[in-house]
Amino acid sequence: MTPEEEAEFRRRQKSRNLVVGGILLFLALLFYVITIARM
Amino acid sequence: MSDSTTSVALPADWRDFFALTKPRVMSLVIFTGLCGLLAAPGSIHPVLGFTAILCIALGAGGAAALNQWWEADIDAGMKRTQARPLPAGRLQRTDARDFGVLISVASVLIMGLGVNWLAAAILALSIVYYAVIYTIWLKPRTPQNIVIGGGAGAFPPLIGWVAVTGDITLMPVLLFLIIFMWTPPHFWALALFVKTDYANVGIPMMPVVKGEKSTRRQIFVYAVLLVPIAAAPWFIGGTGYVYGIAALALSLAFLALSLPVAFRQTGETDTMKPEKRLFAFSILYLFALFAALVADRVLANNGWIA
Repeated sequence: MTPEEEAEFRRRQKSRNLVVGGILLFLALLFYVITIARM
Repeated sequence: MSDSTTSVALPADWRDFFALTKPRVMSLVIFTGLCGLLAAPGSIHPVLGFTAILCIALGAGGAAALNQWWEADIDAGMKRTQARPLPAGRLQRTDARDFGVLISVASVLIMGLGVNWLAAAILALSIVYYAVIYTIWLKPRTPQNIVIGGGAGAFPPLIGWVAVTGDITLMPVLLFLIIFMWTPPHFWALALFVKTDYANVGIPMMPVVKGEKSTRRQIFVYAVLLVPIAAAPWFIGGTGYVYGIAALALSLAFLALSLPVAFRQTGETDTMKPEKRLFAFSILYLFALFAALVADRVLANNGWIA
């Protein structure tokens, strides 16, 4: 793997991690507010 | 790792997963689902309403991903679709399949747990309908594929409605039927002026199998059927006159625009103006009709109309 390829690899990995992290946070918040709304 | 010369496949970009969900189609799904939800009698907590629309969008995205997983080879053979993530090689096929299954299952479970299980069951049915019955089974087998596929696009307002009411009545079924009847003339108008290469990849599209003349006549038949079906919610007392008059005016305009399409023959150099006009109007038609439905409900709720 060339340094350029590795940089691209890391960049994609980081952006995917950020998106997945954001989705998980959103879902945690959504389940919380659904629980409150249904009480 | 940086010293190694081994070639490692790059992880797919998250945007390619997003592209699998067909975001443009999703916007129409969200709109009609939201209209079904807003037009339904009764009320829903805003958080649960948001959750219902989110689940409808997720379900549509999951079904779209499964559609692209199954049709990757077909997409590769057509100009319009060969830049999609799978035929372009930016994504593994199994990743697309797993992604589609994951968000489909998640959408149904969240809908069931958060909103109600009847809406979740219809959402599950709509995903199976699009991904299995339409994509895998009927699309490659019959020129009626667009008619059948129209059913998949017709589910969102039904699901939005059921998310509020928790039961199925004639009104949401009529909303389903409106989109069901609208899809064939909408799509076939497009198929007449955009020459796709469906024939080369073995998908039996109506203009290719039955010819232009038959397709034009069928556009007209569906446009005729759309008039009473679009106005039916008013006739059965499900809406007020605001929707009724809008539905009749819009459907008669649709019918009028389908007339020149239905009874003409074209040559090689034809500019296809009537077909383009009908297609453009068909999009406006659906937006305006569902907007009128919501406006009617808002006016009735505020006591401005009976």
